[in-house]
Amino acid sequence: MGEQQISEQAPRNFSINFGPQHPAAHGVLRLVLELDGEVVERVDPHIGLLHRGTEKLMEARTYMQNTPYFDRLDYCAPMNQEHAFCLGIEKLLGVEVPRRAQLIRVLYCEIGRLLSHILNVTTQAMDVGALTPPVWGFEEREKLMVFYERASGARMHANYFRPGGVAKDLPTKLIEDIGAWLDPFLNLCDDLEDLFVENRIFKQRNVDIGVVTLEECWKWGFSGPVLRGSGAAWDLRRAQPYECYEEMEFDIPVGQHGDCYDRQVVRLEEMRQSVRIMRQCVNKLLDRANEGPVLAPNHKITPPRRPEMKRSMESLIHHFKLFTEGFRVPAGEVYAAVEAPKGEFGVYLVSDGTDKPYKCKIRAPGFAHLQAMDMLSRGHMLADVSAILGAQDIVFGEVDR
Amino acid sequence: MANEVNAAATDHAAVLRDKLKALSGKIWSSLGGAVLAADIACDELTVVFEAKNWVPSLAFLRDNGFVCFIDLTAVDWPARERRFDVVAHLLDPKANLRIRAKCMTDEATPVDSCIDVWPAANWFEREAYDMYGVLFANHPDLRRMLTDYGFDGHPLRKDFPMSGYVEVRYDDEQKRVVYEPTRLSQEYRSFDFLSPWEAAHYELPGDEKATRQV
Repeated sequence: MGEQQISEQAPRNFSINFGPQHPAAHGVLRLVLELDGEVVERVDPHIGLLHRGTEKLMEARTYMQNTPYFDRLDYCAPMNQEHAFCLGIEKLLGVEVPRRAQLIRVLYCEIGRLLSHILNVTTQAMDVGALTPPVWGFEEREKLMVFYERASGARMHANYFRPGGVAKDLPTKLIEDIGAWLDPFLNLCDDLEDLFVENRIFKQRNVDIGVVTLEECWKWGFSGPVLRGSGAAWDLRRAQPYECYEEMEFDIPVGQHGDCYDRQVVRLEEMRQSVRIMRQCVNKLLDRANEGPVLAPNHKITPPRRPEMKRSMESLIHHFKLFTEGFRVPAGEVYAAVEAPKGEFGVYLVSDGTDKPYKCKIRAPGFAHLQAMDMLSRGHMLADVSAILGAQDIVFGEVDR
Repeated sequence: MANEVNAAATDHAAVLRDKLKALSGKIWSSLGGAVLAADIACDELTVVFEAKNWVPSLAFLRDNGFVCFIDLTAVDWPARERRFDVVAHLLDPKANLRIRAKCMTDEATPVDSCIDVWPAANWFEREAYDMYGVLFANHPDLRRMLTDYGFDGHPLRKDFPMSGYVEVRYDDEQKRVVYEPTRLSQEYRSFDFLSPWEAAHYELPGDEKATRQV
């Protein structure tokens, strides 16, 4: 009798909220999970808890006032975002960036990549149970932030890339210090590799978790390490080179299985490649042949240097006009994309010929990755959700905008 | 050295332009009736499709290499009869080409959803619906994406004010978050920088006295 009663009861799935305040949600993500026991049946991510209306705000501000908004998108790698926006404006304006500025941009974009990858690789390890990696990684991350600060005055929200170049030239001492930092950092990469790449628990938690084929990657709009983890040697720095990436030597690490483990190993190897690019940049920046201006000389677009302003009326007028009215961008539309640490970060800019963008759509890689959570997690265990989420490298600044 | 790099870059641009021209010709010849315009600007190809042929056209692009979905959004042009542009960005990783596909619609006419072409379109269409109120037919789950639960309006429309209509705060007495009409302690100041040498088109405080005499 009792047995029959139990079997007559309809089996009921659990619905639980993962977040919005869960530490493994990497920010403010509310995942509504439907569970059958511990097996995930359905994932419904609710995003927008960090929505600040960046795109709306940008329509009411001049191009120059808008650059800082890009620091606040993916706050793990601020300058990479600024880069996409500046490239878009420069494309519409037809401005050429001076060579030294290009080198500085590439150097700082790679620093941004390291900042983001160190954070992601180590905290994903923490999500699956390793406590030491973040502590080791954050020590080096701190030093990188000091490099940010010494170039721009800010540890995170740099506003360093400007349409037409970068805000200021780097002091020689800073370039030398960055050069001296590179080799010891490679030791940390080795240490991290020893610490978790071969670690049994790390493998048990990541291998064959969240597998995605290359074909699925394309149609879900994946990019960056997630795409490369599935076997595509697709990197915008190589495929559609911008700035001076064309002359840089670096390899594109590629995974085979498309699981969380491969994504993390790809990221770890990318850090080494970033160091390679940075070393080439440092050598070139120290070369006297590459000395020169860091902002395009067109003062209708870039502000004049401070000393000029004190001496020349013309410069003073330019400065005043630029920081009140801003510059006008010819009407048109453009899509500029960079290989940000998390994938393809794109800016779709529509200009109506005024000093403010008519529309600016920010294409964040994390947005495309996060929407595939349901596809990736279905059939996995509850504990795998945090591993999958971690290996996608989600940051809510850019997903929610 | 720098000159060499620049020469190489212009070379690339010329090759890219040729490829885009060839692609544009191919689209015209294969989809002729569905294409309203195709134009290359800033080394980017923009193709405007008829709204009713939106999904078949996109499926054609996908079958011809554009397997990677990059982005979908809308642009609001309130002066136009069909005020919204739906804009999709696609990538062909093999040929290394990008394309921008567009179609036009208004507030009431839905555009067919392209989820069946690329599953990635799901959230992007939800976002376009949320931000602009563009409707997508056959979308399985057209909920709001980024705005608050129970939000009213479509914030990226040009007629939606930047400061919004409601603000929220935590009410200690009711022990919950309450919604109130937005109150700005200072009016939002939007300066008209575009015509600094001409008279302002709005009335400055005090001007009404002068105009009344005349």
